[in-house]
Amino acid sequence: MRPSTRCVLAFVPLALLVACTGSADPPVYGADPPLPEPQRGLLPSMKIAEPTLWGDRRPQVPEGYRITAIATDLQIPRQTLVLPNGDILIAEGRGGGAPALTPKDVIAGIIKARGTSPVKGGNRLTLLRDADGDGVYESRTVFAKDLNAPYGLALVGSRLYVANQDAIVRFDYQPGQFTAAGPPVKVADLPSAINHHWTKSLTASADGRFLYVGIGSNSNITERGMPAEVDRARVWQIDAQTGAHRPYATGVRNPTALTIQPVTGALWAAVNERDEIGPNLVPDYVTSIRDGGFYGWPYSYWGQNVDTRAQPQDPRKVASAIRPDYAVGSHVATLGLAFSSPAMGEQFADGLFVGEHGSWNRSPPVGYKVIFVPFRGGRPGGPPVDVVTGFIGADGKTRGRPVGVTVDPPGGAHHRRRSFKHGLAHHAGGSTGSQ
Amino acid sequence: MPLFLGVLLSDVAYANSDQVQWKNFASWLNAGALLLSGLALLWSAMALINADRHRRLMLSSGLLLAGWVFGSVNSLVHAKDAAATLPEGLVLAVLVFGLVAAASWLGLYIDRPEVRT
Repeated sequence: MRPSTRCVLAFVPLALLVACTGSADPPVYGADPPLPEPQRGLLPSMKIAEPTLWGDRRPQVPEGYRITAIATDLQIPRQTLVLPNGDILIAEGRGGGAPALTPKDVIAGIIKARGTSPVKGGNRLTLLRDADGDGVYESRTVFAKDLNAPYGLALVGSRLYVANQDAIVRFDYQPGQFTAAGPPVKVADLPSAINHHWTKSLTASADGRFLYVGIGSNSNITERGMPAEVDRARVWQIDAQTGAHRPYATGVRNPTALTIQPVTGALWAAVNERDEIGPNLVPDYVTSIRDGGFYGWPYSYWGQNVDTRAQPQDPRKVASAIRPDYAVGSHVATLGLAFSSPAMGEQFADGLFVGEHGSWNRSPPVGYKVIFVPFRGGRPGGPPVDVVTGFIGADGKTRGRPVGVTVDPPGGAHHRRRSFKHGLAHHAGGSTGSQ
Repeated sequence: MPLFLGVLLSDVAYANSDQVQWKNFASWLNAGALLLSGLALLWSAMALINADRHRRLMLSSGLLLAGWVFGSVNSLVHAKDAAATLPEGLVLAVLVFGLVAAASWLGLYIDRPEVRT
């Protein structure tokens, strides 16, 4: 039977950055990706994107599937969570604000400001409801506001946990609720000084006892100094009752999404790796996370490949570095991660959906799509399959960027993306072919 | 010229300590040095246009120009992250300081007789 699965989209204002000049080989995938020699010219390759409206176009999905926008004009959507009654929670916000330290930071700040959305982060959670199950989410309410750049979301029983950029907070939640009953309670502080990579990803263990929080590094490759990296580039395990934490895995440069594998209960992460050593280095990856494991950053990448930019080096750490499970290509910027279910149809029954935000520092650009990594026997078992594409056209213009990915248990995959709906209207007002 | 010397000394400190703050100093000193030596370059260009052919002036302007060009390259090298700046950044700092010092010495040497006359 052919599933007429719903793939849903949310539109939000945003402008973009894409990659750039020159040429490069196609990105590499899998457990044993070829790793070229590091290379870096005088100028890093990058380019400002050409954002445009969707118009009559839609993202492409495989035959037999359909893609629909379920919410538009969000304020910088991040991760999503499907609640037990089918409601969808969306975290909206923008954090960061690391200070400029060098002339490069100042110049890069000006360039990047041109490529990001003029829309302010919502600092809120939006709740969508499709009461009659027709696929149209007719109700929309602000579940909670005045949060601080919320990103990761997790529900354990009647407790809803939200990862702000500086702390885990908790709401009481009853199915059917449209808005939170009151302000949140703080569970634990998170490392937030500088906050170069500010997104705090979040998931709960299968038994609900522990929360796992992904904490990104405070730099690309230690250029803000080693002291800035204390408690960074790691996954914390937090006791949901007491708020006590311990490092669960380290050397994970930027773990932007965490999820628990069904059946095994293993923790998986989507990780963004380092830049500025070539178009095919270093592959971003998805991997199961081992308790106590060290994944290389900053000293090495993909196991024992030493990155000489990080000084002083630590040979013992390098020797202990774990090779990740599965490379999804360099600079694709994985931001979404969700295990599939048989309800998604035969082709996508067993595996992992991965949302790729897209590169701004690689040519030709990569990412800007949602892929599916098929699994066999609980491990990645084959090349990735494109699921949602068309965010970057043959004309090089970009129409939004995938962010979080969520699978609706009854059988739809919710892929959120940012679009320029709003940003474009803004852009069109001021641009007369200048860009 | 003192700023380019500052770049050189900061780079030496960075190479010895791995403390990125020294590299940040070097980056800003280099930016300031490029600005001021850029002005000096402008003035020497004007002097070249106005003055009669003067070997030393041409030589000092040429050295200054070379120093400025290499200094610009060095600013890009310093924009690489963390230790990717080394060793090229330090080598360039030595080269640029040498060129600008020679240019300054020649330039001032030229000025003095003019003052006397």
